Amino acid sequence: MNSKPRTLYEKIWDAHVVDKRDDGTCLIYIDRHLVHEVTSPQAFEGLRVAGRKVRRPDLTLAVPDHNLPTTPRVDAQGRRLPIADPESAQQLAALEANAPAFGIRYIDATAPEQGIVHVVGPEQGFSLPGTTIVCGDSHTAAHGGLGALAFGIGTSEVEHVLATQTLLLKQSKTMEIRVDGTLGFGVSPKDVVLAIIGKIGAAGGTGYVIEYTGDVIQAMSVEGRLTVSNMSIEGGARAGLIAPDETIYAYLKGKPMAPAGEDWEQATAWWRTLPTDIGATYDAVVKLDASNIAPNLTWGTSPEDVVPITGSVPDPASFDDPAKQAAARKSLDYMGLEPGTRMQDVPVEHIFIGSCTNSRIEDLRAAAEVVKGRKVADRIRQALVVPGSGLVKRQAEEEGLDRIFIDAGFQWREPGCSMCLAMNPDKVPPGERCASTSNRNFVGRQGPGARTHLVSPAMAAAAAIAGRFADVRELMGNH
Amino acid sequence: MQPIKMVEGRAYPLGRKNVDTDVIIPAPYLKTITRNGLGKGAFETIRAEPGNVFDDPEYQGAPVIIAGDNFGCGSSREHAAWALYDMGVRAVIAPSFSDIFSGNAFKNGILTVVLPQEAVDRLLEVAKTDPITIDLDHCTVTTPFQDRFTFAIDPFRRDCLLNGTDEIGLTLTADARISAFETRMAADRPWLAA
Repeated sequence: MNSKPRTLYEKIWDAHVVDKRDDGTCLIYIDRHLVHEVTSPQAFEGLRVAGRKVRRPDLTLAVPDHNLPTTPRVDAQGRRLPIADPESAQQLAALEANAPAFGIRYIDATAPEQGIVHVVGPEQGFSLPGTTIVCGDSHTAAHGGLGALAFGIGTSEVEHVLATQTLLLKQSKTMEIRVDGTLGFGVSPKDVVLAIIGKIGAAGGTGYVIEYTGDVIQAMSVEGRLTVSNMSIEGGARAGLIAPDETIYAYLKGKPMAPAGEDWEQATAWWRTLPTDIGATYDAVVKLDASNIAPNLTWGTSPEDVVPITGSVPDPASFDDPAKQAAARKSLDYMGLEPGTRMQDVPVEHIFIGSCTNSRIEDLRAAAEVVKGRKVADRIRQALVVPGSGLVKRQAEEEGLDRIFIDAGFQWREPGCSMCLAMNPDKVPPGERCASTSNRNFVGRQGPGARTHLVSPAMAAAAAIAGRFADVRELMGNH
Repeated sequence: MQPIKMVEGRAYPLGRKNVDTDVIIPAPYLKTITRNGLGKGAFETIRAEPGNVFDDPEYQGAPVIIAGDNFGCGSSREHAAWALYDMGVRAVIAPSFSDIFSGNAFKNGILTVVLPQEAVDRLLEVAKTDPITIDLDHCTVTTPFQDRFTFAIDPFRRDCLLNGTDEIGLTLTADARISAFETRMAADRPWLAA
């Protein structure tokens, strides 16, 4: 047993070292591999060319999400509807063929469990505390909310994991981000992570694995933790972590792929040893006071461009760094915003509630609470709710959330990545503005020329009702 | 992977910070099932700007890009590295890179060279008129004006790049260790067998 106090990250890392080279590079075992249709075709092709097999198909789970239209997938007779875009259809067909050919479990586009990989993994109990989880998608960081070391990889690494169930990695530095206090009314986990990225910057976490700690994080639901950890990558960190606890165990118990019986007892006993030891140190520590966090939104084209809803569009000249000044000028030009404009005076045409950041049941409940008994403003051209998975959708329908959204003027869609990155038909037209619960406000992210503002589900709902950005605290009558 | 020792030639003086992978290759181009031909979509949004460096005949076919902080941030799409490779880029110089992008670049034989902002600023100046040389053997970036900047690179990555190592092949030489690890894992953490 190692006597030196260790962080959560160091414990998970140590438990997965297969081999260590003299230069410090480690061969790390991967416990769980999620595969989707966009970043895997070239990896499977690579295996085929080299005559290699998938080493552990039992530790691999494939599900399509990025390309799928969010309109109905079967007709009235239950027959599957074709995908109109031939390239999307081809990519989906490749995964459908590759999964069985390599013996990998596959959740079909029409299965009730289908959804965004980062919603499906936790929901199925495939993602577990203390495991190493990878996927050819940078938002794999989400699973860190369960206490797993989870990170996005490129397609060459996807192929490497398929062939060897390992990756060659160097140990990262550790950063503690501590959020203490109590969140105010109307302030959500999304606002917390936006505040964090606004503080550390889009490259602040580069080279680090972040562990989120403090009262606010401990009090968060599983959904909230997944939201926070999900956006670690927007702060530059490949992975985020939150120590597993009773909240996590209660969530995972009984999930279809989670351990059961004696295995469950053994698993939880080990998971309880994982939290960071007293006396362990981090390479960097960042602290935030929850009472200073307001409902936030972004104004520019980097997730670090964060302002509170009570704030205004910044003047590029207000930044110290000349490179940031230049970037801000370009961003404001792209976003069609003038310095000094109050964020609450910025009108919106599109609303997107969805993505691996904010499409879980709690997100939909938070948005529905704001929407209930109200109507989407006339100027809104498109208001989409895209549940993260078929199971989220079903639960929301059982709770009547779909009716609340539809009655208000939202569209209630099928699960997938949708308008987060516009690989499917859901797009924001050029020059139009979207209040989006997704994770990236990059140029062209939601379609060429689209203007994206990142917000929480409640804030997206408030923008839908007001037709402009609005302070959800005022709308809900409590400030 | 093709071995790489030296990259010489003109460089696109891009200079911007936070160049994300959606800018390097927009999502609609990710629908391909091959690694080839992505150069046509590279930097599409920047190329829509008048006077952009990528369409300036001065830099046509340059093998190097010089950028600001946090190059390659965002998505894990390896299509970004494939797109750069396809447009002839073999090295990117910046004060910092996203972790995932630099890994993807490395796996495709593209050098990511980290230099301090002052050195990057100087190279941006030189690149407007003259070629630069990146020597991986000596870990230097030099110019025709006697500038000489040394850079640090992970020794494992440097070896792989110089030798064109097939990483999967390398890992498979540790197959017995992986099997031994799996045996231990099955005993210690049996619940992991899904």
